[in-house]
Amino acid sequence: MTKSPHDALKNSRRVVRRGLLLGGIQLGVVMTLGLRLHGMQIKHADEYRMLSDGNSIKIRLLPPARGLIHDRKGVLIAGNEQNYRVTLTREEAGGDVESVLRRLSKLIPMSDARMEELLKEFSKERAITPIVLADRLTWEEFSSIAVNAPALPGVTPESGLSRYYPRAYDLAHVLGYVSRVSDYDLSKIENPEPVLMLPEFQIGKLGVEAKMEDVLRGTAGQRRVEVNNSGREMRELSRKEGQQGSTLQLTIDAGLQNYAEQRLGTESAAAVVIDVQTGELLCLCSSPSFDPNKFVRGISSKDYTSLLEHNHRPLADKTVQGVYPPGSTFKLATLLAGLEAGVINGGSRFFCPGHLEVGGRRFHCWRRGGHGQMDAIQSLEHSCDVYYYELAQRVGIDRIAEMARKLGIGVRHELPLSAIAQGIAPDRAWKREKYDQEWQIGDSLNAAIGQGFVLASPLQLAVMTARVATGKLIEPRLIRAIDGVPQLHEELPDLGVDPRNLKLVQAGMDAVMNSARGTARSARIVAEEWRMAGKTGTSQVRNITAAERARGVVSNEQLPWERRDHALFVCFAPYEAPRYAVSVVVEHGGGGSAVAAPIARDILLFTLAGGLPPLTAVPEAQRGEMEARHNAMKLYSPQPPKQGRSQA
Amino acid sequence: MAYLDYQVAQIPTGWRKILHLNWPLVFLIFAVACYGFVMLYSVAGGDFETWAEPQIYRFIVGMILMIGLAFVPMWFWRGVSVFAYVLCLVLLAAVELFGDIGMGAQRWIDIGPIQFQPSELMKIALVLLLAAYYDWLDARKVSHPFWVLIPVLLILTPTGFVMMQPDLGTSLMLITGGGIVMFAAGVSLWYFAGVLLLIAALVTAVMESRDTEWQLLKDYQYRRIDTFLDPSVDPLGDGYNITQAQIALGSGGWSGRGFMQGTQSRLNFLPEKHTDFIFTVLAEEFGFVGAISLLVLYSLIIGFCLFSAITNRDRFGSLLTIGVGGTFFVYFAINMGMVTGMLPVVGSPLPLVSYGGTAMMILLMGFGMMQAAHVHRPR
Repeated sequence: MTKSPHDALKNSRRVVRRGLLLGGIQLGVVMTLGLRLHGMQIKHADEYRMLSDGNSIKIRLLPPARGLIHDRKGVLIAGNEQNYRVTLTREEAGGDVESVLRRLSKLIPMSDARMEELLKEFSKERAITPIVLADRLTWEEFSSIAVNAPALPGVTPESGLSRYYPRAYDLAHVLGYVSRVSDYDLSKIENPEPVLMLPEFQIGKLGVEAKMEDVLRGTAGQRRVEVNNSGREMRELSRKEGQQGSTLQLTIDAGLQNYAEQRLGTESAAAVVIDVQTGELLCLCSSPSFDPNKFVRGISSKDYTSLLEHNHRPLADKTVQGVYPPGSTFKLATLLAGLEAGVINGGSRFFCPGHLEVGGRRFHCWRRGGHGQMDAIQSLEHSCDVYYYELAQRVGIDRIAEMARKLGIGVRHELPLSAIAQGIAPDRAWKREKYDQEWQIGDSLNAAIGQGFVLASPLQLAVMTARVATGKLIEPRLIRAIDGVPQLHEELPDLGVDPRNLKLVQAGMDAVMNSARGTARSARIVAEEWRMAGKTGTSQVRNITAAERARGVVSNEQLPWERRDHALFVCFAPYEAPRYAVSVVVEHGGGGSAVAAPIARDILLFTLAGGLPPLTAVPEAQRGEMEARHNAMKLYSPQPPKQGRSQA
Repeated sequence: MAYLDYQVAQIPTGWRKILHLNWPLVFLIFAVACYGFVMLYSVAGGDFETWAEPQIYRFIVGMILMIGLAFVPMWFWRGVSVFAYVLCLVLLAAVELFGDIGMGAQRWIDIGPIQFQPSELMKIALVLLLAAYYDWLDARKVSHPFWVLIPVLLILTPTGFVMMQPDLGTSLMLITGGGIVMFAAGVSLWYFAGVLLLIAALVTAVMESRDTEWQLLKDYQYRRIDTFLDPSVDPLGDGYNITQAQIALGSGGWSGRGFMQGTQSRLNFLPEKHTDFIFTVLAEEFGFVGAISLLVLYSLIIGFCLFSAITNRDRFGSLLTIGVGGTFFVYFAINMGMVTGMLPVVGSPLPLVSYGGTAMMILLMGFGMMQAAHVHRPR
């Protein structure tokens, strides 16, 4: 086949034409690509940049240090301590978690069971999630791990802050404790702060820690970190420290609390000390107590069960949660109600033959032989029951209940504490609503001596005493200052009770202690400047049956513990210029005068003296016993706080 | 025969040929390869030995091969074209039977120390054969249906093998590469219009066949189509790669995040960043300026190829040049179209830049033949 030169030229031209056309098409494609690049990299660069940052920049929270809590004198009672722990990240362990754990177990104690538990946890979590291997290491353990780090791939020694209660048992019920946030906690909070999701974060679960959570928590800081595609942190870009929670100062006196705790000893008991001028609570002691530090560290189920099953209920805060029939201490309210109603005056007398027949029932006085003629002051001095049976019939329950509420019984006092009980100041309306029954006269008689339906917490008893001592509407307070700013209260209003009537009741309480035949004479204070007034109470927790009565009343000591009477005592001092009021309840303790009164007196003395009281303040016969008791006590040093390890 | 028309005396001989190479093209290729070395150094996290060093060695070998091939006269290439095509076809069939498994598809052939993909070799062999075919064919018959059917079969036979592997990217390149030679040879535009219509019909058929018994593509290819149409459907699964690639590309802005500063690449959000997605690293770290400059270099290479083809009066040399340039063009257009989200993710490297031996060797061999056509062009 031959081709003419003309043909060859023609072919060549066609390649030129098609070549140029092809070039044009290719140029078009290139332009399209260029425009697309322009669109993405210039026009929408910001959006892509945001997405890119969103990929690689993550915000990590820095948990804030929790606010410190001091007592009224500045003693640290809740602080933060360094907590050394080690975590392990599976990704960095090179896959062989078990051999790393084995090597680690040579440095710190780790049981086989614990190791298995950990291995299970590792298999569940993502490879990059650090898991806490051991917590609360000593400095020695911690540093030995740090030194051996090269042999322990993936193991990171970390230090963080954790809550610490230096006074352990003393303030457990007041402060409560913090512990890890549970799913249940989160479900109760609307819009929970993100910091609550941190695995090691702890919040208040009880007491002041729980109620003042918002103040104590502080504000979380932030770290901006760069992460890679598997979420591993590569470097920190910026850091903003959080804000520590506010420092709280409580009205509690840690020294006094410590003393009261030891004075109550092994009894199931509660003691409250209130400043009658301001309402500040100096002591809220519930015994037996528990160590809140165990809860912070995660209490073992064995320890927890033993706390739950203990018949003295160590977990309960008996000062505000426990309610008891106030017994004869309630006579203060009944008497004041009668005086205020005008049905009696100081000179009015009733005769006590030892019992009273009302509505076909016989109501007994505690003294079988009777007290004879009694006036108002004597009725308190001897705690004569018949006097109050007579009085109750004349005053009526509604006025008694009204006075009780005025004195703070049957009223919820708002304090930053958990499960505060309201108590009961019963009246007709209350019984109708609660039991759908009419009020009986017998109910009034029982109520008049603080039995039957009446229930009061030790806190309410202390408030009642403070109000009786001052005639002011004292409200209990627990927070003294937040971040050094005093939590001031407005001028306390008057109780609205005739001062002459108050004086009578006070004189009656004085007679209980200081008259020759007062029921609590043995627990008196002999130092004249601290002269003390008080009232005993013994409340039955059982009904004495007719059969028992026929056999003769069995003494408390012969009964099983749970059926013995509660011993109560309220008091204030100094009599002339009241400063402090104290209430003590000893569950199933027996008689108020024998058991509760000496305890209350000692606590009151300690409060007045601002430390261990001089032995000369008590009757001579008791000084040896008191000295022995003081020597046996292991009290914290009264020196101002050492703020060594517990500083945040 | 056509070479009788050449003014043979003016064609350089011996070592003098080196002076008549298309030197601007050599420098452009070198410049593009340098982009590759820099980016490979960067994606290895500042490590030279991982990817950049082997890539440089291969490039040097490839450049020597290219210059060597440029010395081979055109009659040899014309003569060897049929043999090369048949050999490639046999190898393609062989990988179907004995092929090694690599990257989820059967593509590799293993001869002792050398592993290569016959489908890559086929890209050049096909161009070579088609150029020879149209040089042989009377120019007046190019649009005759019978003489159109022959090259179509020549294109579709290897494409069929490649499809079976399955390798969508290479199939696409074989078809477009061959189509460009046919286009340049002067086949009537109506055929191309017809093919476009046919493709439209085929796409419809493919999409309609999904989830039926006669489903035309594999499931993963359908997922790729889904991902292409809307990457956000599955941003953590199939859409992850393209979503991350686009984030990297777009976040580069005008001048980029800086050398080795691209967070998408440095923190491993980018997939296959040293191969198919290397362009996104360039775009992230050097921004619009970097990306456009590479595009311009590529365009210049195409431009020089076209200019060489147009000025070459030898029909074989000119068609070969256009074919090699066209294949190169399709290479980078598919890759860039893919990473910018204009094309589905078909798995195709960025020519001369992506890490990988076969593609670079084949391309440099192609350019070697194209240089031969340039050196030996009639004057």
